[in-house]
Amino acid sequence: MMVRTILHVDLNNFYASVECLYRSEIRNKPVIVGGDVEARHGIVLAKNNIAKVAGVKTGDAIWQAKQKCSGLVVVPPDFRKYLRFSRMAKAIYANYTDQVEPFGIDESWLDVTGSVRLFGDGRTIADTIRQRMKNELGVTVSVGVSWNKIFAKLGSDMKKPDATIVINKDNFKQLVWQLPVGDLLYVGRSTRRKLEHRAIFTIGDLAKADVRNLKLLLGVWGETLWQFANGLDSAPVRKAGIESIVKSVGNSTTTARDLINNEDVKLIIYVLAESVAVRLRAHGLKCSTVSIYVRDNELSSFERQGKLTTSTYISGTIAQKALELFSRNYHWNKPIRSIGVRGADLVTADQHIQLDLFGEDPTTKEQLEKTIDDIRRRFGPYSIQRCSMLNDRQLTGFNPKDDHVIHPVSFFR
Amino acid sequence: MGKIFVKITAEHDTNGTVRPLEMTWGDGRHFSIDRVLDVRQAASLKGGGVGMRYVCRICGKQVHLFDDEGRWFIET
Repeated sequence: MMVRTILHVDLNNFYASVECLYRSEIRNKPVIVGGDVEARHGIVLAKNNIAKVAGVKTGDAIWQAKQKCSGLVVVPPDFRKYLRFSRMAKAIYANYTDQVEPFGIDESWLDVTGSVRLFGDGRTIADTIRQRMKNELGVTVSVGVSWNKIFAKLGSDMKKPDATIVINKDNFKQLVWQLPVGDLLYVGRSTRRKLEHRAIFTIGDLAKADVRNLKLLLGVWGETLWQFANGLDSAPVRKAGIESIVKSVGNSTTTARDLINNEDVKLIIYVLAESVAVRLRAHGLKCSTVSIYVRDNELSSFERQGKLTTSTYISGTIAQKALELFSRNYHWNKPIRSIGVRGADLVTADQHIQLDLFGEDPTTKEQLEKTIDDIRRRFGPYSIQRCSMLNDRQLTGFNPKDDHVIHPVSFFR
Repeated sequence: MGKIFVKITAEHDTNGTVRPLEMTWGDGRHFSIDRVLDVRQAASLKGGGVGMRYVCRICGKQVHLFDDEGRWFIET
């Protein structure tokens, strides 16, 4: 098989770089882009290099960041602007290949195997893209060049900002194998701990480990990670414009205040379930499984799921299932900070359904919900609502469907 | 170092190409754009912004005129 040339392009400090570009007066100050403190979304979303040197980390609370770094400038996020820059970046990538796979808003993989004869080898293309990004967008990028997606991503993380790192078959053992195993994609906190108990500390240790033992330890993941570490990952870079098939539809929120009882949770679950149901209907889908995600105020979280008797896009049914899952699995040891509802096991909505002789006919409710969609489309999302929403406007006054424009993505799709 | 937003009269031809013809300053003075020397997508580090950059000659002076999503500014 021909050796591929894959680039991973990572926009450095993306949100902060864009804000600094637009406001030259803050360029030489420590800058963070942070969420709304009032709505308790007050964490650091991005920071520039000056703030980074001072020890500010993405995910810190804004008050923490201010303690670490005096004179910190906090800028509210402007997602429309970031999406525009992301789009412009993709337009540049499109000059070199049609295989551009975005990974979040600020990262992309590019398979330029077919373009090396036109534009030069991987490093040349990477350097050209870096220069163009600086000239045309005014932001810097780090590029990793390798023969597989995993190593390309590791390469782009090695040197920041504004650098090209080439990892080829001659140097990957020196460059990649000495990195801590936690740097590998999909080695999170708990996998890392498991591996470290087996004296696997670096990616090299993982690569040299016996794949059978890894399989016993981590299941199928063990083999996948072992392949990642050895550079055997052969996942293709998807073509631009090919949308992945939706596997689940979910919404979550960090609430305006901590939730302390079942009544609070019920309100939030209804808001989320409505949004999930609306999005399911918009895609012409029904879900057969409902899952919930709960995070308490000490930030430990869990997820639970349960099957529905029939597939549905009715918000009431989804909410009931979510509430049932919640009451069975949460015992109020701590107040709750954020909560999510997701519909999975999707089927197309127009397929035939088995009607129940004795139960009620779901089609009436479906009609009702479609009518509600219509009313909301014409008169706005708050024109018709559940009565219970009015009990606590502070908690329920958000619109999960439209408030969030950026969705995280997964490597395995 | 900075940018000044200006009013622009431009010609949009049938191919979608835009050519700025005249600039109106904040105090109402008009300046005709004598020549457009270069057009490309670029970031304005001096002004702070990004968009189509028109390198223009106005009254014998070379200036950078930016079209940032329909809002035009010049670098100062």
